[in-house]
Amino acid sequence: MTATTQRPVTAPAPPPAASAPRARRTARRRRLTACGVLMTPFFALLATVFLVPVGTAVYLSFYSDDQPGLGFGPEQTVFVGLRSYAAVLTDPTFLGGLGTVALYCLVYIPLMVAGALALALLLDSGVVRLRAWAQLGLFLPHAVPGIIAALIWLYLYTPGISPVVDLFARADITIDFLGLHTVLPSLVNIALWSNLGYNTVVFYAALQAVPREVIEAAVVDGAGPVRTALQVKTPLVRASIVMVAMFTLIWSLQLFTEPMLLSQSSPMINSRFSPSMYIYDAAFTRNNYSLAAAASVVLLVCTIALSYGVTRLTSRTDSAAREAR
Amino acid sequence: MSSADSTSPRPRLLGRATVNTVVGVFVLYTLLPVLWLVLAAAKDRDALFGSDLLSFGDFSFLTNLRDLFTMDDGQYGRWYANSLLYAVLGAAVGSLVSVACGYAFDKYRFRHKEKLFGLVLAAVMVPQTVLALPLYLMASQAGLVNTFWAVFVPVLFNPFGVYLGRIFSQGYVPDEVLEAARIDGAGELAMYARVSLRMLGPGLVTVFLFQLTAIWNNFFLPMVMLSDQDLYPVGLGLYTWNSSASVSPEYYPVVIMGSLLAVLPLVLAFALLQRFWRSGLTAGAVK
Repeated sequence: MTATTQRPVTAPAPPPAASAPRARRTARRRRLTACGVLMTPFFALLATVFLVPVGTAVYLSFYSDDQPGLGFGPEQTVFVGLRSYAAVLTDPTFLGGLGTVALYCLVYIPLMVAGALALALLLDSGVVRLRAWAQLGLFLPHAVPGIIAALIWLYLYTPGISPVVDLFARADITIDFLGLHTVLPSLVNIALWSNLGYNTVVFYAALQAVPREVIEAAVVDGAGPVRTALQVKTPLVRASIVMVAMFTLIWSLQLFTEPMLLSQSSPMINSRFSPSMYIYDAAFTRNNYSLAAAASVVLLVCTIALSYGVTRLTSRTDSAAREAR
Repeated sequence: MSSADSTSPRPRLLGRATVNTVVGVFVLYTLLPVLWLVLAAAKDRDALFGSDLLSFGDFSFLTNLRDLFTMDDGQYGRWYANSLLYAVLGAAVGSLVSVACGYAFDKYRFRHKEKLFGLVLAAVMVPQTVLALPLYLMASQAGLVNTFWAVFVPVLFNPFGVYLGRIFSQGYVPDEVLEAARIDGAGELAMYARVSLRMLGPGLVTVFLFQLTAIWNNFFLPMVMLSDQDLYPVGLGLYTWNSSASVSPEYYPVVIMGSLLAVLPLVLAFALLQRFWRSGLTAGAVK
């Protein structure tokens, strides 16, 4: 490596004028070929497991398998226009699922972002002992697969097995973690437990990259540690905050694994608890492909609109902040 | 007089204690459930329901371990091997494919490049559950439903890996080195394999780890694609065992022991490859 970097970067003597354009053209063609070879495997995957499926979902949502002649005729695929969308959007179970996920996001995302940022700022304040160990401990749940995290917490919510429920019982408090009003907070808790440490480490890494002179200047100007943290450090790691918020949002909208597992033990979670569970139920339990496809497209549109909204919102506050300055 | 001057020692000491307590409480919050899993894995069924977690009179770790691997004709061992195959092979192939594409995005110029890159970024946003039904129908048309390939091929797709690959390529592979290699007469692909890929090493490991975690976590896709229990990954297998546990409680200890073992590969991977992924964490936010 050292041998190559020490080589002078100047070009060799130019070749005779006549052959120069042709040489350049072949070099360019060679580069484009290499570029194509490097990109082809990925774009082949993109086409087969992304573009074609998205297209298929849209197509399926406009067509339906109907059997004419009172169901005795041969099955035909007929164009039904927006009928499946009308069915999905007037289905109270689907709308209920959307509402559940909306509420879940409203509770979970602010808690997650604020919590992880606060922890990272505390770690970055320099007064925490055993910082490396604290980070490792916080990060550990990231190595626990989602389904296993849900299993652990399911057991910690189950009376008889759980030492937590047991502790509450000794203090004469009966608590049902899987009841009507507790099941959503219980799901939020599983998600927080799984992701809080990971996002803390992301924010902490971003804070470490903040130039120390900026912070020293703030301290010289008389800003206390809290003010430095909130008004100097936080704006400087905004790119990380936006990224974490966006990934958390996309991840939350797909809510599936955790409620699916808890539904084995809680009657409060039905088979259409979230939009993703609705899609699974429509496609593989009821075999209604056009309904499932329409629900998928609705979920897709919601996801893209909301993610776009997050980036727009932050860019607007960005420019507002610039104008204020 | 009474105002807390930030230079006076007492409030700072108090602040320090509070900060350490808060962080300590959160560390306990993340650690205790895992500790419970470790302790519970050493309990037999009666002790599990007896709730006295710290009594070791009934230490049955090895019994549980043996039960785990003999339950249902040793299904668990097969699931574990499947998961390792899906995750390790999938992450290895997938990260090579994504990083190569990200590198090409960084180092070559062609028309509509940024539009194409926008398509890659859009793919990051699309939920897995939206693609599951059409993927299932495509796989069933190709006769691949309920085979290894139905799970293996979709998990190779990692658009975020392309994004990271482009950023790592910008950071780790200087254009001057490539120019020098070209002057030496190296072919473009040979140059990628011998020069660039070596410099991209740490980035490649980061993308590999991200994808390993994602595939090991994958639950929805195998659930949709597979009906043959012999092809299940660990997570899906434990899910089915847990659903039988309410009827036949002898499954509880093996599900807990199985969960403990299912956590180990990622813990090991993160511990061994620590210095690589730390650099990758912030890379996503650089613009």
